[in-house]
Amino acid sequence: MSILSVEDIGKTFGGLKALISVSFSVKQGEIYGIIGPNGSGKTTLINCITGFIRPDTGKVYFRGTNIRGWPAHKIARAGIARTFQVMRPYYSLPAYKNLIIPLWSPRARTIGGWRGGGRHGDRDTVAVDILEEIGFERDSRVPYKMASTLPTGYLKRLELARCIALRPEIIFCDEVFSGLSASEVAGLMPLIEKLKMEGITLIMVEHRLKELFKVADRIMALQFGEKIAEGHYREVIADARVKEAYLGSEEV
Amino acid sequence: MLYVAGPRALLIAGLLLLPLILEMAPYWKRVVNIMCVYGLLAISFDFLANVVGLVCLGGAMFIGVGSYMTAIFNVYLHLPIYMAIPLAGLSGALISTLLLLPCLSLRGVYFAIVTLMYPLLFTRIIEALNILGGTNGITGLDSFPNPYLENYVIIVLLLVFLFGLRRLMDEDIGLVLRGVKDNDQSVRASGVNVTHMKALAVFIASFIGCLGGAYLAHLYMWTGLSLFALDFSIIPIAAATIGGGGYMMGALIGTFILVPLSEFLRFFGTFRIVIYCLILTGFIVFKSEGIMTYLSRKYSQFERWAKI
Amino acid sequence: MDILVYGIINSVTLSLLSLGFTLVYSISRLPNFAHGALYITTGYFIWLFLNSLGLGYPLAVMLGIAPAGLIGALMYRLVLIRIRGMEISEIIATYAIGLAIIEGLRWGGLRGTTFTLPSFASGFRDILGVNVDDQRLLVVGVGFSVFALLYLFVRLTRNGLALRGIAQDERAAMMLGIDSDRMAVVSFAIGSSLAGLSAALILPLGNIVVEAGYNVLLFSIAVSVIGGLGSWAGAIIASFVIGFAQILTEKFLSSHFQMVIALLAIIITLLIKPSGILGRQKELEERV
Repeated sequence: MSILSVEDIGKTFGGLKALISVSFSVKQGEIYGIIGPNGSGKTTLINCITGFIRPDTGKVYFRGTNIRGWPAHKIARAGIARTFQVMRPYYSLPAYKNLIIPLWSPRARTIGGWRGGGRHGDRDTVAVDILEEIGFERDSRVPYKMASTLPTGYLKRLELARCIALRPEIIFCDEVFSGLSASEVAGLMPLIEKLKMEGITLIMVEHRLKELFKVADRIMALQFGEKIAEGHYREVIADARVKEAYLGSEEV
Repeated sequence: MLYVAGPRALLIAGLLLLPLILEMAPYWKRVVNIMCVYGLLAISFDFLANVVGLVCLGGAMFIGVGSYMTAIFNVYLHLPIYMAIPLAGLSGALISTLLLLPCLSLRGVYFAIVTLMYPLLFTRIIEALNILGGTNGITGLDSFPNPYLENYVIIVLLLVFLFGLRRLMDEDIGLVLRGVKDNDQSVRASGVNVTHMKALAVFIASFIGCLGGAYLAHLYMWTGLSLFALDFSIIPIAAATIGGGGYMMGALIGTFILVPLSEFLRFFGTFRIVIYCLILTGFIVFKSEGIMTYLSRKYSQFERWAKI
Repeated sequence: MDILVYGIINSVTLSLLSLGFTLVYSISRLPNFAHGALYITTGYFIWLFLNSLGLGYPLAVMLGIAPAGLIGALMYRLVLIRIRGMEISEIIATYAIGLAIIEGLRWGGLRGTTFTLPSFASGFRDILGVNVDDQRLLVVGVGFSVFALLYLFVRLTRNGLALRGIAQDERAAMMLGIDSDRMAVVSFAIGSSLAGLSAALILPLGNIVVEAGYNVLLFSIAVSVIGGLGSWAGAIIASFVIGFAQILTEKFLSSHFQMVIALLAIIITLLIKPSGILGRQKELEERV
């Protein structure tokens, strides 16, 4: 059954129609990919669904509740997390401290199992545990290193860890593979598998199609703010409109 | 361990001994009292601006509201001083937070604009409507039962809030507040209501300021329009900028420099404000990190030096 | 009927005062908290040129407005340009400079109420059955000409176009080769000169009092916020709204409430439509 159902989302900025009547629905536990050339509205779509921008039209149903118009923090508390394309971790803090804020938020407190806000020390332990789960080796003290000293691959994982700390049901991944080498991306794959096994739904906006097609169950393609294709990746890349969007059409 | 506790003990001991040392000079004792009030304002400004990211251009608003509230409790409602001051602090904080609430969900510049306006508006309203004593102010506030109380209450308050705020910043909630300043989008995405956090910060800062104002009113045994004076707005900003932002301690150092300086400059009348402003601008443009940050940076540079 | 006439006069006066502030904000996103100070500075200099140097009135006025524009431009070129981007520092800097100027003038001699400027035009006139003095009509006349001139400047000249470009989207304008710092200096110069011009027109109606610096700042901010920070047309509309509101309260309640009206208007705006009458929603939120 669908955990997220988006109907007719539209957003116009002044003269620019960023999103035109986009609709799709995502099943629980699947990995749903969103692709499209630059400027097709992918990040705007994420912002609209997660409450950072108000859509002009449309509805967003999360487990049957219309969450459109909710402020961002309320949607996060409901269980939808997102990464940011431009990461800004707290560089002057150790890696695990970066997770304190999501762990402090009401959702993590109630779902995480301790009520009334855990004590200082509890959160630190949980933070280090989460980091270890996603591959920060505890023995090399990686979780305790300053965020400013970590390479990009680790920072991307830290961004995902920030989402995981929220114990979400859906994670919107905004170009998590960007800026990573092939081996770093390969390093992220186990984490993605693991999240899927835990039942978390992943909606991944990506430019790196090869890697995305390895994990995604279904793909949606956007161009100029409109949905132009949806389905298994083979169908999508065979679609003439998608080919034209990425490669251009032949001039005869 | 000593090098951490040392400076703090020095500060605490120094401040506590100051009234005794100045026993022979009542004028300077009064200066110390007022300096501590400014100190409270400076750390409240520093907290709001450098920890949470809200620039409060109207510290005078807290002093004024606090002093008028305590006058209401003490003179109109006949409550004793030890009840009036805390109540003034709380009610003042509540009023201030409510008044500032509309601009908390907006960009920082709106907060600056609104805090700039309120002290100026309060004076004009009180004057125009001739309420709360009008231009004469409210007289007849109780003074402190004994001089030791008068001197030490404010010093203790200052120390409590200084170390209290530092402690708060180390707590997880302090991290959240700092996150609001650094990257509020990320904080929102983590499920935290940023507007609530800002309101909490404003409440704390205004509580500190209003307590200072209430104390001042009882020190003078009077409250009036001059408790909304510009000095109360500009000196904390100058102190925090000169002393170095973000650590509270820097703001205090700035106050300890500026307030005695202003006493020496009393001769110049309102020209001293010009001097503060020029110094402030100079620091902002050239040495915006402030004295404290500069010193701590130099200290960490030299900390691990080994003699060859 | 007198409400209409006085309302228009008051509104145009307000818009003259605030246009400078809005202009500067729209170009460089800097709230110029020294706006009121520049207003008073011009008053002071005109008085100085008139009385101490004995210059003719028109000459004194022109020379008086110049320092305001100059100080504004210098303020950007020397101070603000070094701290662009640090919002906290920018705000504090203009505030500090504004305070320094106002209090400096207060200390330097602008005390008491003995300073006045002569009016340009003396005499009264009958407008639609209401008795209005000529000086106020002059204010309205000049006000409308200023609007017209600004409009033409912005539509027809290259600099004006550049200003509009930056006001819409700074980065895009920079990509087209528009030097945003130079434009910011220009906008500060124009904005400050507008403050000076309004001082030259309005101060003859009363005394030169240093407190007016703060009042002007308050009104300018109020008008800008209500009209939408950065919107010129919004500022003009907002000044009409507040202008008439003030006249109405003066008629039916008491003249003390002028400030209160401004404050109430700001609070109401922030509660109902924070971006102001013609403001853009973009102005409100931090960037995503």
